[in-house]
Amino acid sequence: MNAEQVLSQFQATGVQTCFHDRHIEPQIYADLDGTNWRLKDYEARGGYAALRKILLGADGAEPMTQDQVIATVKESALRGRGGAGFPTGLKWSFMPRSFPGQKYLVCNSDEGEPGTCKDRDILQFNPHIVIEGMIIAAFAMGISVGYNYIHGEIFQTYDRFEEALEEARAAGYLGDQLLGSNFSFHLHAFHGFGAYICGEETALLESLEGKKGQPRFKPPFPASFGLYGKPTTINNTETFAAVPWIIRNGGAAYLACGKPNNGGTKIFSVSGDVEMPGNYEIPLGTPFSKLLELAGGVRKGRTLKAVIPGGSSSPVLPADVMMQCTMDYDSIAKAGSMLGSGALIVMDDSRDMVESLLRLSYFYMHESCGQCTPCREGTGWMWRVIDRILNEHGREGDLDLLNSLADNIQGRTICALGDAAAMPVRAMIKHFRPEFEALIQQRKNPAGTATA
Amino acid sequence: MSAPHAHSHAETEALPLSDEALARFDKEVAKYPYAQRQSAVMACLAIAQQEHGYVSQASEAVIAERLGMPEIAVREVTTFYNMYNQHKLGKYKLNVCTNLPCQLRDGQKALHHLEQKLGITMGQTTADGLFTLQQSECLGACADSPVMLVNDRTMCSFMSNEKLDQLIDGLKGAQG
Repeated sequence: MNAEQVLSQFQATGVQTCFHDRHIEPQIYADLDGTNWRLKDYEARGGYAALRKILLGADGAEPMTQDQVIATVKESALRGRGGAGFPTGLKWSFMPRSFPGQKYLVCNSDEGEPGTCKDRDILQFNPHIVIEGMIIAAFAMGISVGYNYIHGEIFQTYDRFEEALEEARAAGYLGDQLLGSNFSFHLHAFHGFGAYICGEETALLESLEGKKGQPRFKPPFPASFGLYGKPTTINNTETFAAVPWIIRNGGAAYLACGKPNNGGTKIFSVSGDVEMPGNYEIPLGTPFSKLLELAGGVRKGRTLKAVIPGGSSSPVLPADVMMQCTMDYDSIAKAGSMLGSGALIVMDDSRDMVESLLRLSYFYMHESCGQCTPCREGTGWMWRVIDRILNEHGREGDLDLLNSLADNIQGRTICALGDAAAMPVRAMIKHFRPEFEALIQQRKNPAGTATA
Repeated sequence: MSAPHAHSHAETEALPLSDEALARFDKEVAKYPYAQRQSAVMACLAIAQQEHGYVSQASEAVIAERLGMPEIAVREVTTFYNMYNQHKLGKYKLNVCTNLPCQLRDGQKALHHLEQKLGITMGQTTADGLFTLQQSECLGACADSPVMLVNDRTMCSFMSNEKLDQLIDGLKGAQG
């Protein structure tokens, strides 16, 4: 065997994470099996029908206008699936459609938020749904060129997407005068190479321009000054993937399968202490307890201790709070955290929260781009303090120090990485303070004098 | 297992890039407006690394010239992104994710198992030059944990200790 053959034995098949029949009313992951990712398979599932409806008209109806497409997306209450949850239709309406120069459309597939692995399965097993969604978005905003920025670590998925692009070009879905209309759209794939910060949209744009991925000041926002200084709209992979269904079935139907202000289905990546980690596509508003059940429940013999509900940057929630939540933007926000990218990191009663927080703090220190002093210095400082607490060298006042550090990072940096580093620290101390205090106390009462 | 050895930083031999690599550069450059061809730098550096195993200063110079950018601007990119190798590593670079979701599902145990099996600690290369072992941040495959990326391009999933042993033994016996 050669090396490639050796490595091929260890490839993920998607069976555990995606093709498990434990989704509820899936739209994006519906009817996938790992082999049916090609253009002809996608068309057989109704793919590119939405694009035809817009450009050519369907069922005797006229082709759709840009305003109609945007109004449909607004009506659907689709909110950004990358983390911020911003209403997609509203974002599209910010684009200056009459701008005379070049405009750009960018897909953020730089999926590096710890816990998140949903976009990888979309791009790997259903790449054309993203391509179709991007073409529709480009039409709505009058954009002729787009890029999909794909996480560098999933290189096989990048290669897969390139192959899908070739298919779409050959079929006339990409290129000049699509389907005989006056609308032209060219789409290309770009890959990162290992920098969490590039998931931040302005860092992504810098990276796409061939530079270090350091975030820009906002304003100006990308809609007025984006890629190469031109008006640019950036959406997450899953956001684009939701669009064809909305156009085919209407905004009201999409809204109806979620809950008010939280339209549609959402893919949740469930990792950590569950029996069946994986991606689960369910309607927004589904109870967390149902999602946990789909993922096989907490590891056998264990009980739920806490959940980080929206990727590692979202504040941790204790089990009793989490069990009351439904999986949608508003419910998780009301509970004091964020739905974020929809990545749930589940922790059972055997987990040491200080040890868990230490690993997250190391990550933010490692990935801080170094541009802003509070983040560059503060992330390392927080990591060192948590490290000494875990190693029983913690000092009286260390928890106040950590909270103070977090306060002095959050809201004081160019981008949200600072907030993302600070929020987990504050939430862990807020909800699990006794664990931290116990370790600090152990230093004051060394083994020789301990009461035990 | 053989003892670890330190990296040599005196690797300045100017290996030329192949015609195939240069043709791939052209394909990347064509994705962007000509005035913005610097956008292809990430892809070109990755292609150079795939060919040589690392990004040499000579490769950076070739890329800088082709993309019309200063060499220092190329160097900024090489050094900013985690996956570019700034010097020669083992034939197989193994990146094991140990971030929290993986830590909860034996990612760190997988890293420790490889350290023991290879007789090195993370960051080192085996003396036979076959394996470099690195801890990595989120690979974006959290539900597949333990996960490991081999030579930047091949993700290996659900890597139990038995599978790790099979992978290492398989690569040792692999041809070519």
